[in-house]
Amino acid sequence: MDILIQQIINGLVLGSIYALVALGYTMVYGIMGLINFAHGEVVMIGAMVALSTIKLLLNSGLPVFVIIIIGLVAAIVVCMLVGYTIERVAYRPLRRAPKLAPLITAIGISIILQNLAMLIWGRSYHSFPPVFPATQYEILGATITTLQIAIVVIAALMMAGLIILIDRTRLGRAMRATSENPPIAQLMGVNINQIISFTFVIGSALAAVAGLMVSANYSIAHYSMGALLGMKAFTAAVLGGIGNIAGAVLGGILLGLIESLGAGYIGDLTGGVFGSNYQDVFAFIVLICVLVFKPSGLIGEKVSERA
Amino acid sequence: MALLNSFEALRHDKRGAIAATVMLGILLAIFPFVISSTFSNSWLRIADFAMLYIMLALGLNIVVGFAGLLDMGYIAFYAVGAYLYALLSSTHFGLHFPIWVIIPAGAALAGLFGALLGAPTLRLRGDYLAIVTLGFGEIVRIFMNNLNAPINITNGPQGITGIDPIHFGNLSLAKPLTFLGFTIPSLHAYYYLFLALALFIIFVTIRLENSRIGRAWVAIREDEIAAKSCGINTRNVKLLAFTMGASFGGVAGVLFAGFQGFVSPESFNLMESVMVLCMVVLGGMGNIPGVILGGILLTLLPELFRHGAGPVQTAIFGKILLDPEALRMLLFGLALVLVMLYRPEGIWPSTTRRREFKGESTDVLKEGE
Repeated sequence: MDILIQQIINGLVLGSIYALVALGYTMVYGIMGLINFAHGEVVMIGAMVALSTIKLLLNSGLPVFVIIIIGLVAAIVVCMLVGYTIERVAYRPLRRAPKLAPLITAIGISIILQNLAMLIWGRSYHSFPPVFPATQYEILGATITTLQIAIVVIAALMMAGLIILIDRTRLGRAMRATSENPPIAQLMGVNINQIISFTFVIGSALAAVAGLMVSANYSIAHYSMGALLGMKAFTAAVLGGIGNIAGAVLGGILLGLIESLGAGYIGDLTGGVFGSNYQDVFAFIVLICVLVFKPSGLIGEKVSERA
Repeated sequence: MALLNSFEALRHDKRGAIAATVMLGILLAIFPFVISSTFSNSWLRIADFAMLYIMLALGLNIVVGFAGLLDMGYIAFYAVGAYLYALLSSTHFGLHFPIWVIIPAGAALAGLFGALLGAPTLRLRGDYLAIVTLGFGEIVRIFMNNLNAPINITNGPQGITGIDPIHFGNLSLAKPLTFLGFTIPSLHAYYYLFLALALFIIFVTIRLENSRIGRAWVAIREDEIAAKSCGINTRNVKLLAFTMGASFGGVAGVLFAGFQGFVSPESFNLMESVMVLCMVVLGGMGNIPGVILGGILLTLLPELFRHGAGPVQTAIFGKILLDPEALRMLLFGLALVLVMLYRPEGIWPSTTRRREFKGESTDVLKEGE
């Protein structure tokens, strides 16, 4: 029983991270109808920048809390710049081109980002400095660390903030209008270029936070960590219904739970034939099942056949 | 451009076409000797790989270029072919099947995998299909990485070593062949074998392009609903595209395993799928000569960067400042972005696609959807 609770807690933590990244995918998809293939690499850049900054400031004598905040802010700023650049370079010039063209430029950008990271930070794995207090709490026989609590709480706050931004503010209304119908939104006085840039920047800021979380959670960061994470987050976005903000959150948390419960129990269920090393397969199996049986996702709108 | 136009002109001039074919044939035949004497054998090895990539790119071109189905997990079929050869002709299980059994078997098995991927994804298009196929490619790789327990089938991340070189009876391509007093070194022999198979695949794709099936594929790419209402069984025709494309990849995989003598899951990662896709897209989707050109260029360019990145840095800074491997991929990514920005239709597109990208088609209607 305590294993079940433990896996649920792990799944929730993982799921909150997936949800943050999935929001970036879903926002861009909602507005432009394109998958931002380079989004996973933005998460990686965020993780790397945050980790380096925190390492750099570790012996500066500042309180731990301030160091983490500075690292986070640095990651957010860098990622926002990266996101803005991605949109300007890879997407804006190709807005009228067939869909394959921006897809290829996005792949090109992710290759560039990954190898740039390899040039800057090298090929080795970087371990995350142990700045977080190692206090553990017991809940129903399972343990949860302060870091894990912080991840879930911060992720929830950020999602709530995003939903308020989109549902309640003028800017959010402009974003919704652009996603509904860009030319009409433009006629109504929305500067759609600005809105699209803004969407990328917001998504990238969330990705930076997720990057810090994922590297702190696994206490490791690596230049190639972005691709798989990005793919899983995309799966989460599709699972919830792509283009739908609440869907991305739901999909992320569900995917986190599926993965961690699946990895925890697959050994017992298959009599030891498959082990937890198949954890990464679950995301893709979920993805294929969703797309085959319910392509619109759990709470998404109906997708036309041309999707 | 003048070069491309003269190629187009050759299509109408029969005599000139024959002369050009003969000349090209002679060039291709003496090519390995020229390369190995003027450069080095490592460049001939790259030429051998270029042949494999041409086969892969042509296979993917059927799926992406003709039928318009964006497949990003194509390397999985290459992996299936390679692992089939590695399992059936190596010391791993002690099996040593001859190559003429394994090539058709590889094509068939990869084709089966292609159908397996195609069947559940028939309804999907565009980005969604891309992501699902990408996931499929990753699943195949993860299984190869982990199928060493409880029964050791793939030997896990270590991969399979001790694979037999490609051999015909007692004639092994790993050793120099003596033929009518001529000695053909191993790399040259592989070159001729790969060239023969690449030419065969080129022939098949050209014939397919102008066949009833090929036109059905193009019809589906252009407008699936219209194709359906013209009486094309879109389900079967799409499945056929997946199967045929996959089987080409399987053949290339078999050859790869025999040539390399070693396979591991690392050779079949997402980057490789992306690479093959880029060959097709940058070369000119759906246009066979363009795809071949893309295959050659994208095999050659990274190698040039690799060989160039180290020495150039030593010449300028006196030492190697930047990791050449990362630098080469960085430049490659940059090239990818630039080509897409300035020539999105590819380097050598087919005439119809060029028109499409120049905005002279009915695509304007789609914009307003």
